[in-house]
Amino acid sequence: MIEMALYFAMGCFGVGLLFNLYRIAVGPQAADRILALDTMVINVIALIVLYGIQGGTATYYEASMLVAMVGFVSTVAYCRFLLRGDIIE
Amino acid sequence: MEMFYEILITVFLVLAGVFGLAGSFGLVKLRDTMQRLHAPTKATTLGVGSVLIASMLYFGLIKGQLSFHELLITIFLFLTAPITANFIAKTYMAMNMKPEDIPETERAYGWAIFEDPPQPVVIDDEGQEGA
Repeated sequence: MIEMALYFAMGCFGVGLLFNLYRIAVGPQAADRILALDTMVINVIALIVLYGIQGGTATYYEASMLVAMVGFVSTVAYCRFLLRGDIIE
Repeated sequence: MEMFYEILITVFLVLAGVFGLAGSFGLVKLRDTMQRLHAPTKATTLGVGSVLIASMLYFGLIKGQLSFHELLITIFLFLTAPITANFIAKTYMAMNMKPEDIPETERAYGWAIFEDPPQPVVIDDEGQEGA
């Protein structure tokens, strides 16, 4: 039963990644693309944790934690670059 | 009892999938950039939260090795989601609005997206404001 639910959740997040890809391709503005990239990072975190549950190992938490941190920093850096033309003033 | 645990974990996993899909679908369906900001920052964070709860329950109840790593990820995401949303909204405002379009701040300084930060006031030894 858990196996079926895992596949369902993975499918949902996978389809969500495709939606995000559509938004990145269509735009129409830079803010939309940043938002879609941020959502993509969150979906990937969920996929990594689901993969960890499926494998039954606790190895993937560090990976998902790192992805969360890198995603946050990259989103803020991209926004600041568009806002001020510079990342660290 | 094992059956009850499995049902609980399954419910959380299905909930996570539905919320994650709703968050990403909102990104496609909603019309305006500011509307689109609403969908993922709320729903996807809830979706990831459900995944992490399901993971904690699975490793704690079925595998018998209770762990709190997931709580760290949850806390980090809950802390960073509003900051990210604020930054994206500021980017949108800076690129699409003129200073005349938005109301005055009613303070000494204008909006942070249009003006440079105010210079720090230097006070010398006699308590006078210097350059």
